[in-house]
Amino acid sequence: MSTSSQPVIVTLGNPNTGKSTLFNALTGMRQKVGNFPGVTVEHLRGETTIGERHVKVVDLPGTYSLAAQSPDEMVAIDVLLGRIEEVGHPDAILVVVDANNLRRNLFLASQVLELPLPVVVALNMIDVAKSQGATIDAAALSAALGAPVVSMCAARGEGLDDLRRALETALDGTAAARKPVDPALHDAAAGLAQELSSPGDTVSTLEAVRALIDAGGYAETRLLHKRPAAASRLAAIREQLGQGRSLATLEARNRYSWINAIVNEVEQRASDVTRHSDRIDRVLNHPVLGSALFVFTMAVIFQSVFAWAAPLMDAIDGWSGSLGELVAAHVDSPLLASFLTDGVIAGVGSVLVFLPQIIILFAFIILLEDTGYMSRAAFLMDRLMRWCGLSGQSFIPMLSSFACAVPGIMSTRVIPGRRDRIATIIAAPFMTCSARLPVYALLIAAFVPPHKYLGGWVNLQGLVLLGFYLLGMIAGILTAYLLHRTILRGPTASFLLELPPYRLPNPRSILIKLYGRALIFLKRAGTIIFSIAIVIWFLASFPQASPVSAPAGDPQAQVRHRQATLEQSYLGTASKTVAPLFEPLGWDWKITAAVIASFPAREVVIAVLGTLYAIDAEDEGSLIDRIKQSRWPDGRLVFSLPMALGLMVFYALCLQCVATIAVMRRETNTWRWPLFAWVYMTTLGYVGALLCFQIGSAITAA
Amino acid sequence: MSIVLSDLQAGESGTITGFVNENPTTARLMQLGVLEGEHVDVIRRAPVGDPIEIRILGYSLSLRGSEASLVYVDTGSST
Repeated sequence: MSTSSQPVIVTLGNPNTGKSTLFNALTGMRQKVGNFPGVTVEHLRGETTIGERHVKVVDLPGTYSLAAQSPDEMVAIDVLLGRIEEVGHPDAILVVVDANNLRRNLFLASQVLELPLPVVVALNMIDVAKSQGATIDAAALSAALGAPVVSMCAARGEGLDDLRRALETALDGTAAARKPVDPALHDAAAGLAQELSSPGDTVSTLEAVRALIDAGGYAETRLLHKRPAAASRLAAIREQLGQGRSLATLEARNRYSWINAIVNEVEQRASDVTRHSDRIDRVLNHPVLGSALFVFTMAVIFQSVFAWAAPLMDAIDGWSGSLGELVAAHVDSPLLASFLTDGVIAGVGSVLVFLPQIIILFAFIILLEDTGYMSRAAFLMDRLMRWCGLSGQSFIPMLSSFACAVPGIMSTRVIPGRRDRIATIIAAPFMTCSARLPVYALLIAAFVPPHKYLGGWVNLQGLVLLGFYLLGMIAGILTAYLLHRTILRGPTASFLLELPPYRLPNPRSILIKLYGRALIFLKRAGTIIFSIAIVIWFLASFPQASPVSAPAGDPQAQVRHRQATLEQSYLGTASKTVAPLFEPLGWDWKITAAVIASFPAREVVIAVLGTLYAIDAEDEGSLIDRIKQSRWPDGRLVFSLPMALGLMVFYALCLQCVATIAVMRRETNTWRWPLFAWVYMTTLGYVGALLCFQIGSAITAA
Repeated sequence: MSIVLSDLQAGESGTITGFVNENPTTARLMQLGVLEGEHVDVIRRAPVGDPIEIRILGYSLSLRGSEASLVYVDTGSST
């Protein structure tokens, strides 16, 4: 037990027990999200005061059992054993239990209670249980479990003081020795642990328990990795205790019969209460009506993301524009002015411009999660998504990615299977995000004739845009499908998904979550976007062209100077060097430069093209004219329909977004997947653009 | 012993009598309370019939047909 440093309390519980609301009530806004090394699960860390003590509180992801099939699930065990350095050794465990679902919730509690640590049980959402006519004798439950039980309603802050007092007592005292549910198994595991331990490398009883019970699970894998000889001992103990049945079956039976005996004593529940959730579900989960309502809900969310975010994004664009002008007017040195406006302000602006739609999208996602509708959406969509090689929980992340892949990838955390999750993360950036739209809009307006069909109802330009949406979807789905059959091959992850009762969301909880996720975006993605923007500014600005001699105040002189600088800059020279590589795609060095400059963020391409064609910023009409007149040295036009379509295909398939890469890195906790995605998507984009240009040119020539 | 949970229609119920085999999926089911002797109601099926929603231990759980087909149930009828 850590006596010298800050005391540590670990909170643990089933999903949907109001655990995060309770954690928020304890710790407030001072929370940190952390990743554990080597795994993709994350935890929340906060601080609170218990009595006189300043205490660290660590919130583990919701789980139904300590059984671990994967390294991700092993984290809970390692935290409880004090094996994770950044958490430290826990001084007390807080198990959050849903009073409305006592039996299933006590399964995890019964596992935790076997640890030699002080445990406090929070009996949460007791108000809902009462309203449904259930009574739970907390004192009797406490006596049966051998741990203090605090009835509470975390959403309303009820019982919080009692909880703090119970935690204070727990931190003062030592753990009561509780009797394990299956003493024979526990003793065998304790003996095995002692047998296998060596100085400096101890095996805990809990590890031995899990290695014995979860055959083929991660605890066993890890144990045998270091001690291959232990395999025969495990087999012998399993044979002796199981008598032909698996120990997992025995564990479930023993724990549930222990639980049933306790619950029958302490709980009185009116039978046959129709829960309000059942009535709501008759509509919302109805095969026909529910599906129609689902499509409607998604359409409303989608519309609002664009309708509400667009004015805010325009405003941010406008502010950074006028701020830039202000700086340009007051800074004498053109180089410094360029650094401040094109580097710093444009860099900050390109981070902030995403924020409105990310926040709106996150607000909807959190609302869906907290009301309980998210798992209904997964239930409805599972069959369809499985057909694409994904799972029901992949649907919302994929849909979000049509606005922006960043919140989409960040919301893949609800997907329990690691392979499904990674497939979703890789497929998400193919969805047509809002940053691709300006590029499509410019090129379609310039090169696709505005033919109208069916009496003006169908427009060729609209059809082409629709085609690019479909291209992204198909590429994403095929990618997920291929991944599942190649590098992510394995047994289908289980889809055991609780459909929790519908709940009114807690506004405070929503705001804390929203704040946390926005902060993650600003910190992780924002800093990278900003630094890359500065680097690109540097590459595009140096070495400087000699100033053009022109009458002062001639705006065209400045524009020409910018163009000349860009042409001889590092970026310009590099683009000219690699341009032959892109000639088969029909690109000249200018387009190559614009594409390279837009690798950090794809919407930058328009600004770079503007500079390259010496257009004063953001005048799209004249940009279209200039682009159309651009010629190769031999007089051929650079831009043709096949080349423009190819360029759009490139933008559709390519991973030109540093924010997405940063978030991929964060969510997979390795550089391997973002690197794979970048190489894969860039290759796909190149090949797609190549085919489009070559085949298209052949057709138009014929 | 030959009826499995995935054979049940929405609105039907039964008592769990065992598992087709013991594997990580059935271990997970058991941890969630899908256990011999428990009463189970099939609440509804998703569009196209899969996954299904069941009520067990008083809560709602969704599982795919492939998972439901691992669970033997006794519906009490003689057929």
